[in-house]
Amino acid sequence: METYKVPPNGGDEGLDTADDGALVINVGPQHPATHGVLHLVITLQGETIQKIEPHLGYIHRSIEKMCESLSYRQFIYVTSRMDYLSAHINNHGCALCVEKGLQLEVPPRAQVIRVLMGELTRIASHELWWGAMAMDLGAFTPFFYAFRERETINDIMEETCGARLTMNYMVPGGVMYDLHPNFQQRVKDFIQLFNNKIDEYDDLVTGNIIFQNRTKGVGVLSAADAISYGCTGPVARGSGVACDIRKLYPYAVYDKVAFDEIIETAGDSYARYLVRVKELRQSVRIIEQLIDNIPEGDFQAKTKAVLKLPKGEFYSRVETARGEFGVYIVSEGGTTPYRIKFRSPGFSNLSALDHMSRGSKIGDLMAIMGTLDLVIPDIDR
Amino acid sequence: MTNEEIKQHIITVQPNGVFDETGEWLQVQVEVGEWKPFAQWLRNDALQMDFLFCLTCIDWSATATGKTLLTMVYHFTSTVFRHTIVVKVKLDRNNPEIETVSDCWRTAELHEREVFDLFGVKFLHHPDLRRLVLTDDFEGYPLRKDFEDPINMIKL
Repeated sequence: METYKVPPNGGDEGLDTADDGALVINVGPQHPATHGVLHLVITLQGETIQKIEPHLGYIHRSIEKMCESLSYRQFIYVTSRMDYLSAHINNHGCALCVEKGLQLEVPPRAQVIRVLMGELTRIASHELWWGAMAMDLGAFTPFFYAFRERETINDIMEETCGARLTMNYMVPGGVMYDLHPNFQQRVKDFIQLFNNKIDEYDDLVTGNIIFQNRTKGVGVLSAADAISYGCTGPVARGSGVACDIRKLYPYAVYDKVAFDEIIETAGDSYARYLVRVKELRQSVRIIEQLIDNIPEGDFQAKTKAVLKLPKGEFYSRVETARGEFGVYIVSEGGTTPYRIKFRSPGFSNLSALDHMSRGSKIGDLMAIMGTLDLVIPDIDR
Repeated sequence: MTNEEIKQHIITVQPNGVFDETGEWLQVQVEVGEWKPFAQWLRNDALQMDFLFCLTCIDWSATATGKTLLTMVYHFTSTVFRHTIVVKVKLDRNNPEIETVSDCWRTAELHEREVFDLFGVKFLHHPDLRRLVLTDDFEGYPLRKDFEDPINMIKL
């Protein structure tokens, strides 16, 4: 009688196994934890991650090419569609770059409005991240808590800017229109409410022993690696790299307000988590200092109808919720940029994912990806 | 370090480098053959340029003087000294080839793949040079100025 032999791959004909028993699986492009169309090809040995290879391009719109045919007023609004959670801050970076080229002075009122809106955006972005991150790790309630507060910010945005997510509030030389009369009061109400909520977040998730066990010591990134991989924002600051553009190269009124750059040195997922949660309090601090001190005056500088940047190259950078966002404009003196490059924080942060996850268990991948805070349109552009 | 000090440092290894101080940061242009040793020097020597924050390419073929010219642009900052420089390398547009720097700055690996994908610059000795956002059988390099796509591209 013929004896049955187990085939070398264990009988799983459909699974893609290599000779050494490594298993290749796909995460995404439609996976709930990637929060967008990110495709990761993961090589596993048992449960241990050997290699992660990101496949990009599912949402690539070639924004850089698109901008080459848009005027200096128009291209700003396309960047809202990159990192849609930091839309306002992206717009700020672009406006700064055009202003640098035109050597345009921005009125103080506009600068304060920009910073206020930017910090509200940062809070909204970190809130969404906090809820989604906890949800990825199996806790469902935080998501609703986060959205409850985030909704208030969206309403404030809607009142002044007319839109909730892609605000398109920035123009070269200032902001598009003045603040809504209710703005100050509503922001003050929100701040009062929000201060207690951050403590609630800490009670619910930060101090939670299950959460800590799942994130401490997971996905460790050293400071030297963070720099080499070009990581910025909370990802690099969680590894002890001082990289906050608001502190290093202050723009708008960031050099006139008091706030701390949050730096943690552990470099693991928990450190990156702590950086973002503590940044919430710093954003609140900035808003508290500015909300009663909005200078009177113009909200927009006088500019020509058609903007022409002089021949040359201009680079500006801002700190979005995800890290350093750079705008590099090469001008040939025309009304449209000759070449434009967006240095998006997500793209560089993603490149560290493979390095951080090697040797981790597959279950830890969600904790690592969650604290990288990837926004896929920002990576693909 | 001030721009002048950086310049003096660079002149010691790149006596033929072309400097441009009109922009925000010091710009230096080096020959493609000298790029790799220069990159290693930048990374490890006195200037300590450990943070490559922007890597991109410019196609000059739509201008009168740059019909066969691509320029690689590298933005470096030192996280130790907080100085920034811009390095440019001119490439032949018909056969653009340059040594990879992904072994000096790990972030370059993905950025160089993006430039390869969209500009068609070949990075020699790159560990994994494949298209990044487009499919492997895609023809043409979309960010080049002469790229045409009659179906999907809308011209204003």
